[in-house]
Amino acid sequence: MFLINCPFCGQREQSEFKAGGEAHIVRPKQPTELSDDEWAEYLFMRKNIKGVQFERWNHVHGCRKWFNMVRDTSNDQIKAVYKIGEKPPVK
Amino acid sequence: MSNNLRFKSSKFIDETYRVSFKFNNKTYFGFKGDTLASALLANGIHLIGRSFKYHRPRGIMTSGSEEPNAIIQLHDNSTRSEPNVRATEVEIYEGLVATSQNCWPSVNFDVGGINNLLSPILPAGFYYKTFMWPESFWKKYEYFIRKSAGLGKSPKVADPDIYEHNYIHCDVLVIGAGVSGIIAAKMAAKNGLKTLLVDEKSYLGGSSIYDNSEFSKINNQITSSWLEKEINEISKLENLEIKTRTSVAAFHAYNFLLARENLTDHLPINQRENKVRQRLLKIRAKKVITATGSIERPLIFDNNDRPGIFLSSAIKKYIDFYGVACGENNVLFTNNDTAYETAMSLIQRGIKINAIIDNREQIDSKISYEVEKNNIKIYKGYTVVDTYGYRRIKKISIMKLSKDGQTVIGDKIKLNCDCLGLSGGWTPAVHLFTQSGGKLKFREEDQVFIPDVYPSDQISIGSCNGDFSLEEIVKNTLFSVKKFLNTENSEYKTIEIISGLNLSKRNIWLLPSDKPIGKTKSFVDYQNDATSKDIKLALREGFRSIEHVKRYTTTGMGTDQGKLGNMHALGIISETAGTKMGEHGTTTFRPPYTPLTFGTIVGRNVGEFFDIFRRTPIHDWHVANNAQFENVGQWKRAWYYPRNNENMHQAVQRESKAARETAGILDASTLGKIDIQGTDASEFLNRVYTNAWSKLAVGKCRYGLMLNEDGMVYDDGVTTRLDENHYIMTTTTGGAANVLGKLEDYLQTEWPELDVYLSSVTDHYATISVCGPDSKKIVSKVIPDLDLSDEKFPHMSFKNAKIDNIKCRVMRISFTGELSYEINIQANYGKSVWEKCIEAGKDFDITPYGTETMHLLRAEKGFIIVGQDTDATMTPIDLQMDWIVSKKKFDFIGKRSLYRSDTIRENRKQLVGLLTENPDDILEEGAQIVADIKKKPVEMLGHVTSSYYSPNLKKSIALGVVKGGKNMLGQKLIIPMENKNINVTVADPVFLDKEGKRLNAKL
Ligand SMILES: [Zn+2]
Repeated sequence: MFLINCPFCGQREQSEFKAGGEAHIVRPKQPTELSDDEWAEYLFMRKNIKGVQFERWNHVHGCRKWFNMVRDTSNDQIKAVYKIGEKPPVK
Repeated sequence: MSNNLRFKSSKFIDETYRVSFKFNNKTYFGFKGDTLASALLANGIHLIGRSFKYHRPRGIMTSGSEEPNAIIQLHDNSTRSEPNVRATEVEIYEGLVATSQNCWPSVNFDVGGINNLLSPILPAGFYYKTFMWPESFWKKYEYFIRKSAGLGKSPKVADPDIYEHNYIHCDVLVIGAGVSGIIAAKMAAKNGLKTLLVDEKSYLGGSSIYDNSEFSKINNQITSSWLEKEINEISKLENLEIKTRTSVAAFHAYNFLLARENLTDHLPINQRENKVRQRLLKIRAKKVITATGSIERPLIFDNNDRPGIFLSSAIKKYIDFYGVACGENNVLFTNNDTAYETAMSLIQRGIKINAIIDNREQIDSKISYEVEKNNIKIYKGYTVVDTYGYRRIKKISIMKLSKDGQTVIGDKIKLNCDCLGLSGGWTPAVHLFTQSGGKLKFREEDQVFIPDVYPSDQISIGSCNGDFSLEEIVKNTLFSVKKFLNTENSEYKTIEIISGLNLSKRNIWLLPSDKPIGKTKSFVDYQNDATSKDIKLALREGFRSIEHVKRYTTTGMGTDQGKLGNMHALGIISETAGTKMGEHGTTTFRPPYTPLTFGTIVGRNVGEFFDIFRRTPIHDWHVANNAQFENVGQWKRAWYYPRNNENMHQAVQRESKAARETAGILDASTLGKIDIQGTDASEFLNRVYTNAWSKLAVGKCRYGLMLNEDGMVYDDGVTTRLDENHYIMTTTTGGAANVLGKLEDYLQTEWPELDVYLSSVTDHYATISVCGPDSKKIVSKVIPDLDLSDEKFPHMSFKNAKIDNIKCRVMRISFTGELSYEINIQANYGKSVWEKCIEAGKDFDITPYGTETMHLLRAEKGFIIVGQDTDATMTPIDLQMDWIVSKKKFDFIGKRSLYRSDTIRENRKQLVGLLTENPDDILEEGAQIVADIKKKPVEMLGHVTSSYYSPNLKKSIALGVVKGGKNMLGQKLIIPMENKNINVTVADPVFLDKEGKRLNAKL
């Protein structure tokens, strides 16, 4: 179980958090103008990387805040955590 | 049995403390300090169990947790029973009862032994292949296979013992208390670090604590004496906590480890009462030092599994630690110097060694010369080719190895023995290291995998790191622990080591035989009866990856996870396939390192704590009034209230009639409630619900439907506008937490510009719903100041009110289709208000009803239940709820998905009503719906989602989803059941009061 540094609460155990899939996928501002394919791209397509991945996490049993995380999925090393709206601090 | 198997000079055995125990119904004696294995050996018992597949007689092979064979079932005189326990790990106690496993009718005569003779037709993959044979063949064999397969018997009653979980945080965790672990723990603790030292054994010191050899010394002292002083010193250190009988089960990422601490298993039964039996330690360590040692390798040759065949290190431990001789006429078979240490221990006790068979042509070490001096015959460059003796080894035959070690040459020599010790070198115990995500590297010169890349702040030291001589172990431990702890202070100024061993080894993974391989049984995995022949067969059949070979042959898949034989499996694969070691992967060792009891895993989360219940504030009233309960999520909800021996059907029929004819009362406190505030609250609701919210006036309520972004119905409920910028949303009982999570997600990540705040208030309010034609009269008695006239308080509106000066909210909303009022009051007043309603309703025959009646009443009205009439594939259009989907709104969650090519298909499954031809036939929920049963294969059109007998309509009603159902009104369909086909007609899902007259109690 990892230790996650919630940007609002500090270091807590993974069991307090819920993973929320790939980060930085912005909901289209005008969904009605998208074709079926474009909408499907937003709705269904997610990366599944072995390596560095940008993810959303929710401190569901804590402050309830969503935030972003950069995690290496091959070894679970967390490279960074940052607030929603902030630029990722690592590439 | 001869008494000279026990030597009276072991300080680890208390010979003044005799312990009696039973094995296979016979009583034996041992001493305090014995394991079941050492006590059995002292009594001359070698045959312990039968092997898994061939039912071959098996004995004790090792002296520790790596034991593959001596696996027994433990009992005591009460209800406790534990299967698959290693006899080598059980400390004997007064009253111990153990039996052999995997034998029938007895370990000495076992019917399954026939499998041994049948083995030519039981090759690797036998079970997989059998399934492909004709079914009739399988059935004949199944009975016998089931009878003879399986290890141990599960206990028949609940576990009476107490278990617990414990969190530990420390600076340094040291796993293993051998020489290197002791040194590391002392250095860490003396440098001011909070240190925890754990060891799976009952004592500290590992194998060095009984190393009395003159050939290995530390600071000119016998190793064991030096170590005793060290242990004595560290046991007084304040910073150091020591836990024995504590086995690390799992090493997870981020230095999170699980360990099992055994607290009472070694105590006499009568001293265990009310004590915690085992404890699961959840350890967070800043730094981890793994010093788990190494496991001796057996050697792989024909019939290498008979009782009486041991690891040579085990023979040494039984003599030096337990004072027990494994045999009276020993032969040692080795490819390295370790066996000579065992030989010296045997010689010192005057136990006969018939011969030593050594794979090596040349042996050059002090200890081997010393052994030779004692007139022990050493066969250099020889190998064992076969063994004899059914229930215990009697004899072996040996032959000379060719120069390349691939064949045997010359004449066969037979030697008598009753004990054969094997030493194939050592395998570092890297299990925990690899569990943590560590990467191994292969060291060619002595053919071992050792730690290479560490995934967290940890190191491996001692022989688990590939250091095998005492000198290397001590020197490298000092060096690397110093570096790891970033300290100059080593605590050990000068340390001098003398070692008489030479590290040379002649490694041959599979020893050659004079027989063709097909005629041999050279066991690689003893517990699962996987042989070298099986591994070669798997390779011939095309398997390459070790993970595939492992599953096909079951090598390494026993409870011991192949601690002894996995290296040989890898070796045989790489030799046969002509590849490098590790090229086909190394097997993954998974947690737990040794098996854990279920009790340890669950700890105190048993009985009522297994799954925590949520109870409404009115719960006690329901209990007192004979409610039957239903689990909804974590909630206990009143299901129905039987009176005078009514069954569920009778109770529900009565409750349903009362709710429509006079009055009913429901505890709806479990509904999710989310308080929504902020200047953008209306806009927020516009975006999350399918319908429009901006124009909802203050004091009004509206039903809302929430979709997922894929257009599928997610949740529903009534939301009330309490004030300009203040709403209260209700959700389904089961969906409350998820809905809040989803709303927070959109609010925080997609629409952070909205001024909206959400809080869950589910637990803060009790919700009491009073419905039926008389409900107005009842509520007016409870809240006399409230004007309940239809003009002042119409359907779908809300009023603030007071009951005995306590504020409450009253909503006039209805899930039953009847006139009804929902009183929301601070939770702690819930029960008293409920009782007031019951009291006020007495004259109107107010009837408490549960969830079953609620479901029936709403089904009469065709109201859906999300999760029952929907799964994650129903759009509002599929539910014939087009009316709730706003056409005007620019966007809401899921809107775009409602006109994807798939969601606009005409023949999607759509919600319909179903009426049975015979009004007394009640459909089964989940039953399939078809149109034509003659055409094969029968096309499944859908299924029944809700079904009841309606006492108000006096007929059976049902809801279901049917392909293209929207356009099938009036059509006949069939529900095929086991013994009959039920004819149904597609109907409007609203069965009762389509005009909604009853909402105003106008009947
Ligand atoms: Zn937080």
